[in-house]
Amino acid sequence: MTIAGVIDVHGARPNGSDGRPPYLTVAGLEKRFGSFVALSGIDLAIPEGEFVCFLGPSGCGKTTLLRAIAGLDRQSSGTIVQAGRDISDLPPSRRDFGIVFQSYALFPNLSVAQNIGYGLVNRRLGRAAIAARVEELLGMIGLVGSGDKYPAQLSGGQQQRVALARALATRPGLLLLDEPLSALDARVRLRLRGEIRELQRRLGVTTIMVTHDQEEAISVADRIVVMNHGRIEQVAAPEAIYRTPASLFVAGFVGTTNFMTGVRSAADRVRVGGFDLQVTPGDAMGTGQVCTACVRPEDFVIRNVCPDTPNAIQATIEAVEFLGAVVRARLGSPQLPDLPLVADFSLNAVTDLDLARGRAVTVALPPERVRIFAGLPE
Amino acid sequence: MSPIAIGGRTRSVDREAWALRIALTLMLAIMAAAILLPLWSILSKSVEDRAGAFVGLANYAQFFGTPALAQSIANSLFVAGLTTLIVVPLAFVYAYALTRTCMPAKGLMAGIALIPILSPSMLPAIALIYLFGNQGMIRELLFGETIYGPIGIVMGQVFYCFPHAMLILTTALSLADARLYEAAAALGTPRRRVFLTVTLPSAKYGLVSAAFVVFTLVMTDFGIPVVIGGRFNVLAIDVYKQVMGQQNFQMGAVVAVVLIIPALASFVVDRVVQRRQVALLGARSVPLVPQPQPARDWAMLGFCAVVGAIILGILATAVFASLVRLWPYNLSLGWSNYVFEDFDSDGWSSYFNSLRMAAATAVFGTLFVFVGAYLVEKGKGAGWARQVFHLVAMVPLAVPGLVLGLAYVFFFNAPDNPLGGLYGTMALLTICTVAHFYTVAHLTATTALKQMDPEFESVSASLQVPFWRTFLRVTVPVCLPAIVNIAIYLFVNAMTTVSAVIFIYTAHTKLASVAIVNMNDSGAIAAAAAMAVVITATSAGVKLVETLVSRVVLRRSQRWRAR
Repeated sequence: MTIAGVIDVHGARPNGSDGRPPYLTVAGLEKRFGSFVALSGIDLAIPEGEFVCFLGPSGCGKTTLLRAIAGLDRQSSGTIVQAGRDISDLPPSRRDFGIVFQSYALFPNLSVAQNIGYGLVNRRLGRAAIAARVEELLGMIGLVGSGDKYPAQLSGGQQQRVALARALATRPGLLLLDEPLSALDARVRLRLRGEIRELQRRLGVTTIMVTHDQEEAISVADRIVVMNHGRIEQVAAPEAIYRTPASLFVAGFVGTTNFMTGVRSAADRVRVGGFDLQVTPGDAMGTGQVCTACVRPEDFVIRNVCPDTPNAIQATIEAVEFLGAVVRARLGSPQLPDLPLVADFSLNAVTDLDLARGRAVTVALPPERVRIFAGLPE
Repeated sequence: MSPIAIGGRTRSVDREAWALRIALTLMLAIMAAAILLPLWSILSKSVEDRAGAFVGLANYAQFFGTPALAQSIANSLFVAGLTTLIVVPLAFVYAYALTRTCMPAKGLMAGIALIPILSPSMLPAIALIYLFGNQGMIRELLFGETIYGPIGIVMGQVFYCFPHAMLILTTALSLADARLYEAAAALGTPRRRVFLTVTLPSAKYGLVSAAFVVFTLVMTDFGIPVVIGGRFNVLAIDVYKQVMGQQNFQMGAVVAVVLIIPALASFVVDRVVQRRQVALLGARSVPLVPQPQPARDWAMLGFCAVVGAIILGILATAVFASLVRLWPYNLSLGWSNYVFEDFDSDGWSSYFNSLRMAAATAVFGTLFVFVGAYLVEKGKGAGWARQVFHLVAMVPLAVPGLVLGLAYVFFFNAPDNPLGGLYGTMALLTICTVAHFYTVAHLTATTALKQMDPEFESVSASLQVPFWRTFLRVTVPVCLPAIVNIAIYLFVNAMTTVSAVIFIYTAHTKLASVAIVNMNDSGAIAAAAAMAVVITATSAGVKLVETLVSRVVLRRSQRWRAR
C-alpha cells in the first residue's frame, strides 16, 4: 500500500535550515520531577517544514521534551515559541499540533471515519465538508473503503495510518510522532517510515519524531537531535551525526565505534597502551590529557598498507561475522593488547585477500578518520 | 497554515482545567461529609461520657471490664473463625471444580453458588429456623442441640459467605500459567505433588484473601445473629442493643470501633495480597486449559451438586415458609404471608421504599462513582487531591455497615450540623448505602478506566476537543459493561443490606430489610420469610434483566469489540 493522491493546502516546501526564521524555538527548557532533572538547558530551533528526530536511549528525556512541546507535561522553566506565538504556558488544546502515539490511541468504539473526523466535528464544519475531508485523508493513507471498520479490525500498520490521518485532519502546523513505529513488525515499520517521510515532504508540515532507533532516525530525518541524560548532545544532519559526532556519547550511540582510550602525547599523537596513534592536530587538547580516540569499523584500510603507512597495525583476525555486503572482523593486535578492534571489510576484500579467522593482516587507520574526545567513554 | 487550524480560539485558557478542579473539590467535599466526618464523630463519641466531656479511654476500659460484653468478643471470634474454617475449604473445592476441571454444567453450578448474594442475610437464618427450630422439619438432626445460638449462626453464615469466598477463589484459580503445569509434567511429577507445589502456592493469596473476607463478613454481619442468635451475644448485636435498646451511644460507639479492627486488618491484608497477585501472572503466561479426567470431573460434579442442593434447599425452605399459612398447624399453601399489612403497619410500603432507595443508589451512586474514578484516573494536575480521593474511596471497605450507620446517626443527627436536614430522609439512606458499598464500585470503575489508552485525553486535547466530549463519546461507551456492573452491584446490595440502614431509617423511610428484622422480632416469622423472598426475587429479577440486556443491547453497542 502506498500513500498517494494527496491534495492539500500545504505546498511542497524546500527543506533545510538555511536562513529562514525558525518555526519552533525552544529556549532554556528545564523539567524536574522532584529532585530528578529530566531535561535541562534545552535550546533548539526548528525551521518550518523540517523533519526532526529526537534520538536517544530510553530515559534520555526525548519523550519528555516532545510532551513539553505538546503541552501535555508542562516544563518547569523555559520558553517554547511556535510560529511567533509564545505557547509556553498554553494548555495543549490551545496549541497547534497533531500527535501520534506508539499505542495508536485510536478510540476503539468509533469507526475509522469517526476517528479521523474526531477533531473536525467541533469546528463548525458542515457534515459534507467533514465527510469530504475524511475521504481525502482515507485516500491519503490508502484506506479508501475502510471508513466503516472499527480499529480492532485493522492491522497494526493500518491503525497507525489512521492515527496519522486523525492527527493531520485539522491541518496542524506541527506534527508530533512519539515512537510511532515501535509497536510494529520490522517489515511494516520499514514501509511505514518511508510513507511517513514521503507524506511529510508532500505536506511540508514541520514534524518531530521521537525514536530510540538510530537507523530509523538516520533514514527519515532532515536533522537529528541526539539526547542523553536530559541534555542535547548534538543537533545535525544524519550524515554529520554519523561522520562527525560531537561527543563520545554520540560516537558510541550512533553506529559502531572502536574506542581507544589513551593519553595525548603530542599535538598529533595519542598514546594508546604501547601504541602511538597519529591523529590530525588542531583541537585545543593539551598534552598529558586523557582522551579517547574513536574509529568507525569501515575506516580501517586493508589494501595497499605497508609498515610505514601511518597507524599501521599488525593484527590477527580472531573472529569473522558475515553481515551481507560487508564482513565484520574482530582483530587482535599485540601492539594494542586487550583492545579488540572491530573492522568492516568489503566482501571483495575478503575474497581478494582471503581473509579468514586466524589470518595475520596489517591494517591502517587514516589519521583524518580518527576522532579525539577528552575523557573516557561512559 | 490553513484557516481552521489557526490558534487564538475564544475558549478561555483554563476552562477545562477549572472544570476538573471544581468537580474534584466538590466531590471530595461530599466524600468527606459522607465518609470521613461521620467516622470522626463515632471515634470522638467513643471517648466521651454521656454529657459529651472527653474521658479518654474510660469507655473502652469499661467495655473490656464488663464480662458480658467481653464474652461477645469471644463469641464473635468463635463463630467467625469456625465459619471461615468451614467455608474456605468448601469454596476452594467448588472454585477448583469450576476453573480446573471439565465438569459438566459449570455455568449452572456457578449460578447456583451466587444465589446467596441476592438474598438478605436474614433469609438463611429464617430458613434454618424452619428446618431446625423448635418445630423444625428436621430438628432431630441436631440431636437435641438448639439452632438458636452458635450452631444456627455458623450454618447461616456458611450459606451467606459461601459465594464471596467462591468468587475470590475462582479468580485466584483462574489465573494459572499452563507452562508451569507442562514443566511439572515434563519432569514426571506426580499429580498430588503438582497440586501441592504449583496449584496451592498460586492460589495462596486468594486463600488468605478469602479467609479474611469471610472472617470480616461474619464479625460484622447483623442479620443472621439477630434472627437466630438467641441468647448467644455477638459484637454486632451488642452495638444494636447498646444504641437502640439502652440508648447508650458512647458504649455503642466503643463496640463499633472495636468492630472496625478485624475489618481493617482484612482490608490491609487484601491490599497487600492483591498487589502480589498481580505480579504472579506475567503478560507472557499461557492460560491453562483443563483436560478431561472423567473420574475427577464426575466426583467434582457430585460435590458441587451436594453444595448446590443445600443452597437451593435453604432457598426453597424460605419460599415454602413464606407460602405455608401457619407452620406447623395449617400446612395449606397461599399468599397470606405476603399481605404484609397484616403483620407490619407499613405493609408493602417498606418494599417500595427499598425499591426506590435501591434505584436511587444505582443511578446516583453509579454516576458519582464513575465520575469520581474518572477524575482519579484521568484528571490532570492536582495529583495529591486525586490521591486523597482514591484513599477516601478505599475507606468504606474497612468500615462495617453497622459502624457506618451508627456514625451517620452521630454525625447527621448532631444538633449543630448544617447537614442535619438530611436526617431521616430517603436521600440520607441512599447516601449511606452508596458510601457503604463505595469501594468495590470504585475499584471496578478504576480497573475499567485503567484499561483505556492513557493517551486518549492527550489526543483529544491535540484535536482541541474538550475532555468532557471525549468522556461522553469514548470513555463512557467503552466502559459501559463496567458501568452496568456497578449499577447492578449497588442495586442488589441496596436491596439486601440491613446493617447500615437499621440505624437511620424512620417511620417514613422504612426499608424491606428492616421490615424483615421487625416482623421477625414480633414473631411474624413467616411474613419475614415472605419479605426476604420478595427481596431475593427482586434482586434475581434485576440480575436476569441485566443478563438479557447485556446479551442484546450491550452486544450491539459493543460491536466494535469484535475483530
